[in-house]
Amino acid sequence: MSPEKMVHMANQIATFFKTQPGNDQAARIAAHLTDYWEPRMLDQLHDHVGAGGKGLDDLVIAAEAEIVKTHVRA
Amino acid sequence: MKDFIIPNDRDMGTPAKSGAPVTLEIDGLPVTVPEGTSVLRAAAEAGIQIPKLCASDNLEAFGSCRLCVVEIEGRRGTPASCTTPVTPGMVVHTGSSKVRKIRKGVMELYISDHPLDCLTCSANGDCELQDMAGAVGLRNVRYEAPENGGLANHFEARNTSGEANPEWLPKDDSNPYFSYDPSKCIVCNRCVRACEEVQGTFALTIEGRGFDSRVAAGGPADDFLASDCVSCGACVQACPTATLQEKSIIELGTPDRSVITTCAYCGVGCSFKAEMNGDTLVRMTPYKHGKANRGHSCVKGRFAYGYAHHKDRILKPMIRDQISDPWREVEWDEAMTFAATRMLGLQEKYGKKSIGVITSSRCTNEETYLVQKLARAVFGNNNTDTCARVCHSPTGYGLGQTFGTSAGTQDFDSVEQTDVVVVIGANPTDGHPVFASRLKKRLREGAKLIIVDPRRIDLVKSAHVAASHHLPLRPGTNVAVVSALAHVIVTEGLMDQDFIRERCDWDEFQHYAEFISNPRHSPETTAMLTGVDPAELRAAARLFATGGNGSIYYGLGVTEHSQGSTTVMGIANLAMLTGNMGRPGVGVNPLRGQNNVQGACDMGSFPHELPGYRHVKGPEVRKVFEEAWGVQIDAEPGLRIPNMLDAAVDGTFKGLYCQGEDILQSDPDTKHVAAGLAAMECVIVHDLFLNETANYAHVFLPGSTFLEKDGTFTNAERRINRVRKVIPPLNGYADWEITQMLANAMGAGWHYTHPARIMDEIAATTPSFAGVDYALLEEKGSVQWPCNEAHPEGTPLMHVDGFMRGKGRFIVTEYVATDEKTGPRFPLLLTTGRILSQYNVGAQTRRTDNVVWHEEDLLEIHPHDAEVRGLKDGDWVRLASRAGETTLRAKLTDRVSPGVVYTTFHHPDTQANVITTDYSDWATNCPEYKVTAVQVSLSNGPTDWQEEYAAQAAQARRILPAAE
Repeated sequence: MSPEKMVHMANQIATFFKTQPGNDQAARIAAHLTDYWEPRMLDQLHDHVGAGGKGLDDLVIAAEAEIVKTHVRA
Repeated sequence: MKDFIIPNDRDMGTPAKSGAPVTLEIDGLPVTVPEGTSVLRAAAEAGIQIPKLCASDNLEAFGSCRLCVVEIEGRRGTPASCTTPVTPGMVVHTGSSKVRKIRKGVMELYISDHPLDCLTCSANGDCELQDMAGAVGLRNVRYEAPENGGLANHFEARNTSGEANPEWLPKDDSNPYFSYDPSKCIVCNRCVRACEEVQGTFALTIEGRGFDSRVAAGGPADDFLASDCVSCGACVQACPTATLQEKSIIELGTPDRSVITTCAYCGVGCSFKAEMNGDTLVRMTPYKHGKANRGHSCVKGRFAYGYAHHKDRILKPMIRDQISDPWREVEWDEAMTFAATRMLGLQEKYGKKSIGVITSSRCTNEETYLVQKLARAVFGNNNTDTCARVCHSPTGYGLGQTFGTSAGTQDFDSVEQTDVVVVIGANPTDGHPVFASRLKKRLREGAKLIIVDPRRIDLVKSAHVAASHHLPLRPGTNVAVVSALAHVIVTEGLMDQDFIRERCDWDEFQHYAEFISNPRHSPETTAMLTGVDPAELRAAARLFATGGNGSIYYGLGVTEHSQGSTTVMGIANLAMLTGNMGRPGVGVNPLRGQNNVQGACDMGSFPHELPGYRHVKGPEVRKVFEEAWGVQIDAEPGLRIPNMLDAAVDGTFKGLYCQGEDILQSDPDTKHVAAGLAAMECVIVHDLFLNETANYAHVFLPGSTFLEKDGTFTNAERRINRVRKVIPPLNGYADWEITQMLANAMGAGWHYTHPARIMDEIAATTPSFAGVDYALLEEKGSVQWPCNEAHPEGTPLMHVDGFMRGKGRFIVTEYVATDEKTGPRFPLLLTTGRILSQYNVGAQTRRTDNVVWHEEDLLEIHPHDAEVRGLKDGDWVRLASRAGETTLRAKLTDRVSPGVVYTTFHHPDTQANVITTDYSDWATNCPEYKVTAVQVSLSNGPTDWQEEYAAQAAQARRILPAAE
């Protein structure tokens, strides 16, 4: 998918969790992404973050750092 | 196992009542019935059939035919038994010589004005007038036309001198499915009452008085088609003579047997009797013991089944190397070998995850289960999705987060006990007509109605029904409106504190209450965004919170948004705030679009969930299926439909088996869908017709209709209903057999012999279905899941003693504006929906006579918006968004607000989805069909895109003549 679409989708998720109470937003975003995003999509997210993460919400970047710990590349 | 059921649907004369028991004596027999029961019904309960003509047990007693008169000891005269309630100790005589004489006299009068062409009459053998003439022993008719007085009857067109009879009216054949022959009418009023009481449309009336009384549809200039009649068929079913008669019966004769089955249209899931004459289906009539529909139906279910025999139906498998080639008809084994070789080759070349499936919400549970099993057990991946992705996936997420399960909370009977109904983003009179009729009945009894919808849908104001409040919000602002309703309830202290303390997480509620009380959620503040009058919104919130049993029904106007899941959570919050949960008359009720969309979700069609909504990441769940299937299950979620298409364009997704869904027409952003399909190397379409998706397919597997197979559908109330085979599959195989052949061609080794065996496997692996088998369905008729050891007879109401997840969870719902914004280039907002006579992409209904009501998609536009663009009603207009453009005809109406336009998506040549964008729900990727920024202008004809599309479709549909 186009990087813009992927960034848009990831940021939409971050926008929701940002409004939720607590201090674990990044972890919850990471959980949502691993629950619903297919490994190819997560790979694309990693690659995008690796390339500077242009356009991504800071919370998505923080979430990606969580996902990296467990995600195995497709 | 018996496949045919002889239905017991004897007419009991008047509706059942539920009062305290009353004992009386009828013809010497003691009878005990509930208080309020009529003497007519009490006699029927005792097995005594009192002759009747104007009474029917789906209508309130009317007392006009005077045939059901009886004698009651201690009472004067001969009262009509239908309008006389029982009293304790009453002694009734139904067959005294006095009443027999009256009945014979009454029948003589009826027959004096009725043609005696019984042998050639279409109702011969199925005529209550004929039956009653026999029952009362009528042997001659003494009445004759007066001398020199003209013909005093309604049935002879001319007298013997050839003079026209002014009382005679010609047949009205304007409706494609039934005819109205006034000459056979006995003015029993049953049709008029059925239209009012059962359907709630009030299209029929009795015109004139005395001898001039006639049934009339609409005004003096109307025929049935031009009137408000919605062709539900309730009047035809109610008619005791051949006056209102199905044209299929006129053509084919009366049925000799019937099979109980389930409608394959919307998510209401009506039970029907498929009435057969030999091996020919002659009529579908709603089954009175069907628990979803209680004997009612709509124009689609009752009449629109002709697509099964339409000439466009494909009955032989077809293959081709490339989509630019014409189709080649082949035998089943060649098609399967071709498909299996290609799919396995793709996996070898591009990897295990390069292929996937789309399961069908129109097929049975058993068929859907097999298709997702094909992905998981044979392809070895989780690339399975279903059209629920594009409709109710936010319901799954939203209700799952708040209540712990995506299930709708009530059964349809619940509406009979509701006091305040909120309908959000749903148009039940078009989309879920039988539910709408049941709702309107309750509204006529006094329940209040709140509508949240950008359009003034029919329910806002129609015959004898009016919404107390209509909140015509701007598309895309659902969360703001739902939050404003909650704001009023919380800040005005209207919530049900006891319920919240007992049933919900109190800490989360505290946080939510603080959030929602912020003035930024007030109706006054959000009015600028939503366009909704704050006073009206406050009044609606007060009514919902304080008006008694409050229920919420919602549809795709809630889910198909960037914030679809958030709105669903907001709706759940409203129900919890007001304590409207866990009893009849309340609850959160998603109205599901397709017949088996609920079942398709239950059966594990989603890429992250195994059957029974269990995430694939859970090792214990995977173990259940690994042991049952003898394979390893992938622990990572698979691709959702939009992700499949993106991956296809990226070149990593190459093969798709798509059963009974037309993604090219139904999914948003047609150009993107077409690009995705075109990039695949093997697309297998399994369908009744060469649908739009098939234009990009390499293999076509002909499907079977719901009339041609056994299985189950699960409706919006979680009710598992049986689908029974009425005729053999015209294509040779039921769909479950075809999936099994494909699986086996890929090396699966499946041996299912009947759908009942598939259901046994579902029950063995899925806790909420543990108690379900075909024997139980045979015994109970239907059952609502969860059905297991804890609920052996199923579960009509969810969350009765506690929420599925334990404590109900309030979730903060912040409004976020969609990124689809209007601006100078695209200043209007397009929203989409359905119409009564058509269903979804129209593949079925467009191939029936339903097209007389809707032969093309129209663009509804407000007269103000039309005027500034120089548009008149009926003009061809160009509709453009940033995704694409199309042309269609404009319809000027103030149903839509200024700034909003509306269309349906039933016709591929208009293809509304070339306009819709690829924005989607944040949580589930459910597309944002309901909000697209557009511009409308005058047009000279089809757009380039429409012409190219039509040319490609014509090219792609060529079929080589079969080799001799």
